[in-house]
Amino acid sequence: MARSTAPLPPRRSLKDYLSYRGGEGMVAWAFHRISGIAVWAFVLLHVIDIYLVGGNPEAYNELLAIYASPAGRVMETLLGAALFYHALNGMRIVVMDFWPALTAYHRTLWRIVWVLFFAIGIPGAYIILKPIWEVVR
Amino acid sequence: MSVRYSRVGRPRPTGSRADLRAWYAVRITALALFVLALAHFSMTHFVFDPADQTAEWIAQTRWNSVALRLLDWSMLVAVIIHAFLGMRTVAQDYVPARIRTVALFVLYLLAAGLLFIGTTVVLTLPLK
Repeated sequence: MARSTAPLPPRRSLKDYLSYRGGEGMVAWAFHRISGIAVWAFVLLHVIDIYLVGGNPEAYNELLAIYASPAGRVMETLLGAALFYHALNGMRIVVMDFWPALTAYHRTLWRIVWVLFFAIGIPGAYIILKPIWEVVR
Repeated sequence: MSVRYSRVGRPRPTGSRADLRAWYAVRITALALFVLALAHFSMTHFVFDPADQTAEWIAQTRWNSVALRLLDWSMLVAVIIHAFLGMRTVAQDYVPARIRTVALFVLYLLAAGLLFIGTTVVLTLPLK
């Protein structure tokens, strides 16, 4: 299952230039890092906004109105996607770290991550976004 | 040259004891957060809609018991350890060596500040 570490052949066609050649492991790593930084940025905001519950409840309620707005719901859906991908792929990493033999199946595990991501994420996104259609209607 | 990343992630560090501890801490908090953070997101987006939540609702419903506050505070601790150790790794990868010590100090200061304000609101919001 392990890939060769030999240098990749030179790009010859347009398709070669447009296709990413790092493999699933590299893409999974890049998505994990990007989603992690996005969730970290939200954690900064979220701890500060929760502080307002005690410090300035009116300001907190105004902020929640932004979260509940159509734009806020789209942002929360993206946040949920980042959080859910990071959580699922994080479990994939933990599994391979503590059972190294499973590293040979890292591509299969990554596909399982995506199946779960869409199977659970699409209904979740629908629940978060549903009030927007009701406003539009 | 040591291998910082494999095809599937960051191998267990072998040189530094601090790096090894951080490596384990990230994974242990990941297991806790898989339950706590996803449960928190589900509760605040699927069980209760954001439009139904206010500061009063948090004080009267979500944080109306010591156990619920303890659960959220545990999540706060886990998320700060996990997120900031993750950002430590990112900083070690991308921040130039000449300013890395300062960058890490600012990062740790930010983590301590967030832990402080998060703990303050959990402890000081009156129980209704």
